[in-house]
Amino acid sequence: MSKKLLLKNDHIPNIHQLAVYRAHGGYAVLENTLKNSNPDHVLEEVKKSGLRGRGGAGFPTGLKWSFLARPEGVSRYLVCNADESEPGTFKDRYLMERIPHLLIEGMILSSFALGAKTSYIYIRGEYFYVARILEAAIAEAYAAGLLGKNILGSGFDHDCYVQVGAGAYICGEETALLESLEGKRGNPRIKPPFPAVAGLYGCPTVVNNVETIAAVVLILELGGDEYAKIGIGKSTGTKLISASGHINNPGVYEIELGVPVEEFIYSEQYCGGIRGGRKLKAVVAGGSSVPILPAELILKTANGEPRLMSYESLGDGGFATGTMLGSGGFIVMDEDTSIVKNLYTFARFYHHESCGQCSPCREGTGWMEKILHKILEGHGTMQDIDLLWDIQSKIEGKTICPLGEAAAWPVAAAIRHFRSEFESYVQNPENIKDIKHYYRLQN
Amino acid sequence: MTTSEQIVFSKESLEVVQKMMLRYPEGKHKSALIPVLHIAQAEFGGWLSAPVMDYVASILMIQPIEVYEVASFYSMFNLKPVGKCLIEVCRTSSCWLCGAEDIIDHIEKKLNITVGETTADGMFTLKAVECLGSCGTAPMMQVGADYHESLTINKVDALLEKFKSEDKQSRYC
Repeated sequence: MSKKLLLKNDHIPNIHQLAVYRAHGGYAVLENTLKNSNPDHVLEEVKKSGLRGRGGAGFPTGLKWSFLARPEGVSRYLVCNADESEPGTFKDRYLMERIPHLLIEGMILSSFALGAKTSYIYIRGEYFYVARILEAAIAEAYAAGLLGKNILGSGFDHDCYVQVGAGAYICGEETALLESLEGKRGNPRIKPPFPAVAGLYGCPTVVNNVETIAAVVLILELGGDEYAKIGIGKSTGTKLISASGHINNPGVYEIELGVPVEEFIYSEQYCGGIRGGRKLKAVVAGGSSVPILPAELILKTANGEPRLMSYESLGDGGFATGTMLGSGGFIVMDEDTSIVKNLYTFARFYHHESCGQCSPCREGTGWMEKILHKILEGHGTMQDIDLLWDIQSKIEGKTICPLGEAAAWPVAAAIRHFRSEFESYVQNPENIKDIKHYYRLQN
Repeated sequence: MTTSEQIVFSKESLEVVQKMMLRYPEGKHKSALIPVLHIAQAEFGGWLSAPVMDYVASILMIQPIEVYEVASFYSMFNLKPVGKCLIEVCRTSSCWLCGAEDIIDHIEKKLNITVGETTADGMFTLKAVECLGSCGTAPMMQVGADYHESLTINKVDALLEKFKSEDKQSRYC
């Protein structure tokens, strides 16, 4: 079922402008909250809503907020993670580009709840043009008294700034992001201490994804209890899904959590089926780091239940037969796709993006890329497949940050579900050229 | 050959940098380093030479090594000269699935260079880059701040002609 909350107004011309955004009810929630509510109430509503972090980890947002340390006389910060870099994910870009004020309204509301007088939106450097859109929207908000001193006469002061990165996937990891925001290399920090205690400049900090912060506006508009009724079970609310790959209608879709995967792939309302009427081979359902699933397991769980677009249903069966909702980066592959070659693009990505602090990740990601390259060049051996398995298993859980797991899981899942394809590349290297490991451009 | 005496931000850039430093709490102006490096790269020919990085260090009142270690970490900073027009083609999963390799092959043939190289006339540098968040409009390439999406061979040809006739330094900001 289509349920539009975040994107209910994305079709309205010039909704990126403050006047248009306000004409469609924008900043009414902020006005009402500052006038009639208090920070504890906002936190309660977010807790009741069951909102889970939309960046990928799915950690309950209200709980994360409640961990924020509040020592007297110490600044607290809200930092928005707009470093969207997980391959297959482009929903935050869409949201910020189309409806920048929704994010800014969410930033002010969330900062009010957290008692943060300053917030930063850390956006990946490649999205420079989106940063300009956000800066223009922030300038409009300042001019209208929605940011700055004594917002709307409430006595609440808040400043919000945009900070650009410079090309580093790792800065999407929250402690690496904070390092980068402090003007350093994006090396993740060892936790604890968690950012809630010692984050930006050593001060208590909450880092939330763009979509998470935007959802706070809708939660306060509907009320936490009403928001929690949307969705299914512990997967409350709506989620933005970035759909790409071999589908007829790629793009960003807002779904009510719980939509069947089959409906999402084949309904005209969403992906519109596989390009050229081909068969579905596999899906990476939540961004590059989540396990790939073959068609039969993405459409139905191992128990034969229809698989749903929710945290629980996609996770059903663990990594043996399930996957994760992750960031909602939904990459669809048709029957001609080489799983090995697709995996190689992921392995190359993680090798490029490893920050180099931890040996298992720094070295292991490079080894995995090289071995996959060797197999694709027709020089692979059966031992290479086992070696890949061995390397990924020795990266997982042995690094400071989850980039290690992110690099290991796709390799493990590809071998788990498509081992015969790896073996066929090893046994019949002369056939690799015939296998469409080289997907051609559609003109 | 430029010397450090000649490396000075324009008046406008200097104003932007000074304003930027006020975004952070007192004493935390090092936070401005990445945004300032972007401005420096755009203003001084599309790459960061050692004298340029030393200049940025002096502006932010930090040690040059603090600038070098950051500039060398982030992939958008070029530590060697690049062509006037820096073409960055995404090659990760979704873009690959939709034909990014054909785009790269075509540009290589058309410009007679391989990935990582610059044309002899210094006009074009071709880079293959990792996911730029344009997966729904794959294949794509970034040139300066602009995203060029849903590419076809014809579109790429038209863009290359356009870049050549414009003859402008590509810049992110």
